[in-house]
Amino acid sequence: MDTPDKLKYSAEHEWLDADGKVGITAFAVEQIGDIVFVELPAIGTMVEATKAFGVIESVKAVSELFAPASGKVIAINDTLADTPETVANDPYGAGWLVKIELSNPSEVNALKDAAGYRAMIASL
Amino acid sequence: MHQTALDARHRALGARMIPFAGWEMPVQYAGLVEEHRAVRSAAGLFDLSHMGELYVTGPDAGRALDAAIVTTPSKLAIGRAHYSMIAAADGGVIDDLIVYRLGEQEWLLVANASNAETVATALRQRIVGFDAKLDDASLRTSLVAIQGPLAADILQPFVPIELSSIKYYSGTKTTACGVPALLARTGYTGEDGFELFVDWADGVQVWDTLLEAGKSRGLLPAGLGARDTLRLEAGMPLYGQELDRGTTPFEAGLGRVVKFDKPGDFVGRAPLEAAMEQPRKTLVGLKITGRGIARTGYPVYLPAAPEPCGVVTSGTSSPTLGTAIAMAYVPPEHAAPGTALEVGIRSQRASAEIIPLPFYRRST
Repeated sequence: MDTPDKLKYSAEHEWLDADGKVGITAFAVEQIGDIVFVELPAIGTMVEATKAFGVIESVKAVSELFAPASGKVIAINDTLADTPETVANDPYGAGWLVKIELSNPSEVNALKDAAGYRAMIASL
Repeated sequence: MHQTALDARHRALGARMIPFAGWEMPVQYAGLVEEHRAVRSAAGLFDLSHMGELYVTGPDAGRALDAAIVTTPSKLAIGRAHYSMIAAADGGVIDDLIVYRLGEQEWLLVANASNAETVATALRQRIVGFDAKLDDASLRTSLVAIQGPLAADILQPFVPIELSSIKYYSGTKTTACGVPALLARTGYTGEDGFELFVDWADGVQVWDTLLEAGKSRGLLPAGLGARDTLRLEAGMPLYGQELDRGTTPFEAGLGRVVKFDKPGDFVGRAPLEAAMEQPRKTLVGLKITGRGIARTGYPVYLPAAPEPCGVVTSGTSSPTLGTAIAMAYVPPEHAAPGTALEVGIRSQRASAEIIPLPFYRRST
């Protein structure tokens, strides 16, 4: 399972990069299945670490997206409205979800590094 | 938690297993959409061993069933089947059923897994006083379904009868894949297909044979996820969603199933006769024209109305149609095709339009 070393990971299977970009992990993609819909917050929305900020849907079910850290949404991936499957095809690249301006950068310390995340999903 | 005879097969195929009506069942293997498409274009193989198989036999079995359920099983020709329901004394639907007549004095009722015990209990009480007996064979029966346009081609080499002679909603005792089987041309996908009722342990041989034979033709093992989206596209009700104790067959668009013209009383007749005249709601098909996917329980509104007028019973993103579809209950006066409605999807309203059911009908 791909888990890039440069990212930080939440227990809810979201990743966060150094620029504040957020996405879901390859593990989450596999769990969700065929992704057919993504609902993201408006630019300017304040999100809170571990709280839901949007939803991602497969044919079968609705899953919530949880913010890995708190802050203001400064960009969203508009392309997902028409091609939600991009999240599954490229979860760490073109399938990013939102970009957050962190309000409390120290929250990043609570996230796992790639090795820690790999250990977590191995234990599931 | 029950496991089917095919449990190890599902796990070896990498299925994701979920608890469902007291059974551990495969919800998907390779992927729901892939499995769904295989059934529409080639074939899918389903383990439905969780379903309830209830045999009613005896000299009075036909009359007993006529009094116990809403159809007239005594009038079925041997080898034929029909869709039916069992009603409570107040007219509420206990379950929907497929009824097969297997012999002069033998019927098989197939109930939903979630209701099998309830149905068995009700039938046992209702046949008291008739020379008939009930045998709940649910835990001794494996049920494997092969569904899709290539189902007959794939199955034909493994049965001694000419499948083209088996009509839709027929069933016959024969052998299949080398084991004794009740072979029925029924299904829940909107495609042609067959259901094979065999002894518990024989399920493995049927499964292995058909999976191997179908592989090169595009057959895939298909889970409960694909079964649900296939039946929804085909506009077929699912008990617990479109049907329940608080819903009448008339509200669900299934009034034709209830045979008031049969002689004698049957459980639920009087309240059902009254209910026929005054449906409180009507089941409709919705195409979601706005953004989002309507799901079970989401509210339905008249455009811009503050309060909901109805509720979504099932909804998904249709793999075949490429659009979000749903079934919903709405007031009878707002149930005409073409009616504009809205579905509450989280904090937003998505536009929807009533379209005729089914959403999908096979071309042949």
